[in-house]
Amino acid sequence: MDAAGGGNAPSAAGAGSGQTTLLDIENVSLSFGGVKAITDISFDIRAGEVRAIIGPNGAGKTSMLNVINGFYHPQEGAITWKGQRRSRMRPHEAAASGIARTFQNVALFKGMSTLDNVMSGRSLKMHRGLFWQMVHVGPARREEIAHRRRVEEIIDFLEIAHIRKKPVGKLSYGLQKRVELGRAMAMEPELLLLDEPMAGMNLEEKEDMSRFILDLAREFGTTIALIEHDMGVVMDLADRVVVLDYGKKIADGTPTEVQSNQDVIDAYLGVAR
Amino acid sequence: MELLHAIFVAPFVDMFTLPAFLLQVLWEGFVSGVLYALIALGFVLIFKASGVFNFAQGIMVVFAALVLVGLHAMGLPAWLALLATIGVMGLFAISVERFVLRKLVNQPDAILLMATIGLTLIVKGAGQLFFGADTKSMITEELGLPTGSSVWEVFDDIVIFQHIDIAAAVIAILMVAALGVFFSRTRIGRALRAVADDHQAALSVGISLNQIWAIVWFASGIVALVTGIMWGARSDVSFALEIIALKALAVLILGGFTSIPGAIVGGLLVGIGEKLAEVYWGPLVGGGIEAWFAYVLALVFLLFRPQGLFGERIIERV
Amino acid sequence: MFYREAGQFKTSYAADQALLPILQDRIGLLLILVVAFVVVPLVGSNFFLGAILIPFLVFSLAAIGLNVLTGYAGQLSLGTGAFMGVGAYACYKLTTYFPDVNIVVHVFVSGVFAAGVGVLFGLPSLRIKGLYLAITTLAAQFFLEWCFVRISWLHNHNDSGAIEVPRRYLGELALTGPTATPTTRYLVILSIVALMTLVAANVLRGRIGRSWMMIRDMDIAAELMGVRPLRAKLSAFAFSSYYCGVAGALLVFFWLGSAEADAFDIDQSFLILFMVIIGGMGSLAGCFMGAAFLWILPIVIRAIPAAFGLDLVPATTEHLSQIVIGVLIVFFLIVEPHGFARLWQLAKEKLRTWPFPYAS
Repeated sequence: MDAAGGGNAPSAAGAGSGQTTLLDIENVSLSFGGVKAITDISFDIRAGEVRAIIGPNGAGKTSMLNVINGFYHPQEGAITWKGQRRSRMRPHEAAASGIARTFQNVALFKGMSTLDNVMSGRSLKMHRGLFWQMVHVGPARREEIAHRRRVEEIIDFLEIAHIRKKPVGKLSYGLQKRVELGRAMAMEPELLLLDEPMAGMNLEEKEDMSRFILDLAREFGTTIALIEHDMGVVMDLADRVVVLDYGKKIADGTPTEVQSNQDVIDAYLGVAR
Repeated sequence: MELLHAIFVAPFVDMFTLPAFLLQVLWEGFVSGVLYALIALGFVLIFKASGVFNFAQGIMVVFAALVLVGLHAMGLPAWLALLATIGVMGLFAISVERFVLRKLVNQPDAILLMATIGLTLIVKGAGQLFFGADTKSMITEELGLPTGSSVWEVFDDIVIFQHIDIAAAVIAILMVAALGVFFSRTRIGRALRAVADDHQAALSVGISLNQIWAIVWFASGIVALVTGIMWGARSDVSFALEIIALKALAVLILGGFTSIPGAIVGGLLVGIGEKLAEVYWGPLVGGGIEAWFAYVLALVFLLFRPQGLFGERIIERV
Repeated sequence: MFYREAGQFKTSYAADQALLPILQDRIGLLLILVVAFVVVPLVGSNFFLGAILIPFLVFSLAAIGLNVLTGYAGQLSLGTGAFMGVGAYACYKLTTYFPDVNIVVHVFVSGVFAAGVGVLFGLPSLRIKGLYLAITTLAAQFFLEWCFVRISWLHNHNDSGAIEVPRRYLGELALTGPTATPTTRYLVILSIVALMTLVAANVLRGRIGRSWMMIRDMDIAAELMGVRPLRAKLSAFAFSSYYCGVAGALLVFFWLGSAEADAFDIDQSFLILFMVIIGGMGSLAGCFMGAAFLWILPIVIRAIPAAFGLDLVPATTEHLSQIVIGVLIVFFLIVEPHGFARLWQLAKEKLRTWPFPYAS
């Protein structure tokens, strides 16, 4: 993955394939007590694109994701999701309406196996009630098997079949992040929020992860918003980039535009490569 | 209508028509509140310094009292028995640190809590085995604590103050003050606070966790001993005390798990609250409210302020 | 070499998801069931049935209830005794008002009342977590205990405050009361416990059980997965309390024959909690192991000195057994926090490669 300036061709081809706006953030501000985490930020995410959110540590990137999926509620501003205005959505409502995410610190269910973790992503889609669960034979079992089939497809895609019965607590960090991606994928979301999916990975793992993310976007048409520090990854994967610093937006555009933006260079990138 | 009157009006009327009696009830509540606060203090010490919720605190109170009385019964003079008991509590602290805490350093809190539950059983069994399960009386006079009572004439009536209660209140206040100073001013106190915050960080600046924990359990043991003496002087030493110690949990909820002043305020709230409830509302429902009032109070409180009066606000970050 | 899975391929998801995927396990369970249902009633003495197996089964059921709530859903509860009491008193009132309905039906219905009370006291669990929640279950424990004593309607206004079990029959067969034989009572309890264990196993491996485990491991992430925390927690409380309630009804009606409120006190809550800890949190098999261990242990401790010719007062053995249990709890928490169940699993792993020393 070379970080030479100019961006590599493959990602540019699919830039913002759908022109419809899926998510619109308008003048959102968020504070915790006296600390202002996000100040008056506006940007949008188009259907089908890969949107990167970058910036130095503490810039408010994770808070932004938390606002999008309803964990925090902004004090000011509006969020329009799929054409409907909503600012006080609860996390499970966000999940039900098609938003999934992964976490910086891998929020897997440590007591469960890989398979169970990915299956847990199907929770929203499983409906059989208590009675059939108690009996198990019949509708509940059929539902379980149907979803298992779907989950196995995801496990194949992510190449984690060999560890599917292992408790995730015992997996390496890189594999855990992959399982977490699988769990988010199992929700079949329209918008997938990835919080530093490559953090702590070596080069090979990063390449694998990038491949998965690209496939997700191109083949499955999932819209992706990702927080990432590695500029090479951003250049290769992202269609558009938004740059944050100290809770404010300082740039918004294609990777090439952003990379040559002076404010971004001063705040984050250092000397233009 | 009558029921409403009985609940919301009559008790208050009772209270104010017999003000001396009200003062008596308030005093009784105050004293038991002080003792609850002492038990809670033991919890807070250990929790503040190690994040461990020491379920065994209650049984430590009983145990300390039993050792003291037992040693005296074997022939030691009171002050010597007292010193020896302090030594025993020190030994206890060191053994707990060595054989239990050290082995469970990185485990989640639930595991440590359950280990202290196991500890409770061990101490309870051992205490009953060595000292017998019968009730004993505290060697109050031998320790130099005042007995007898004073009468205060007020409101055409009298209020009776037991001297031992006054002594208990004074001693408790002194203890709290001493502990407060200890935590904020001394080097060890600072180390204790560091350990409470972050074990790893404390280790990396050279603080010995083992030493700190032993010290803290020892301090808790002393608090338990004082509590045991006071409780025992008022109402004899028996294993029933252990259930009373569970009430200290309610105190901790009200006052927060890590605050010394909180333990005091919480203790007083619970002590006075449950006495008032029992005396003025108890007759409506056949009595026995004291058994659960504290817990229900804590429950209601938790619904509005999950961190207690003085505790730190829990902010969950993802 | 007897325990190898070699040659046992799963060719369908259904086979893979079965409760006991390994053939040897299935055979083992079948054996246990045959012994339990057929052999034991034939050869077991009345003492063995009435004083060992029946209590063991009752406590196992209560342990399953508590394990679901604390081990699978992660909500620490110290109110198990009280919930058992609700079931027991509910059953008593039901059979007082409807004496002609079969007692077993009443047992199953009484669990519903316990579930209702459980949900009520579980309501705070959305705002309150961990240790704080445990203390609110203490509130449930003490308040309900007080109710059992004060509300004399519950024990039919009799002066002693105790409930006496009336005689109930299935056709000609005496099920409860002084004429019911230990064998009859044992078989009834065994059937109920076996059925309810199967149900619990099914629920735990499905969607609902998974949602409980998700709440236990990380409730924030669970919410982001679409699991509604309150619904999951309340369903755990309801399910758990149902089991405890039925266990309580069985305890009074099929074991003790009568009970006072102190049969459901805080010591009972702690006893079940210890069974769950030692047996293994988050394991159904562990419930049985823990119950067996904690029920048999005092008996063994009582028997050992006698075997050596020492004559100890019952109180002493009681204290000794307390010490031993305490030491064991601490020991287990240090060495294997997942209790007997994990030890058993490890033993099975060793069995897989036996007689070869190293895993392949």
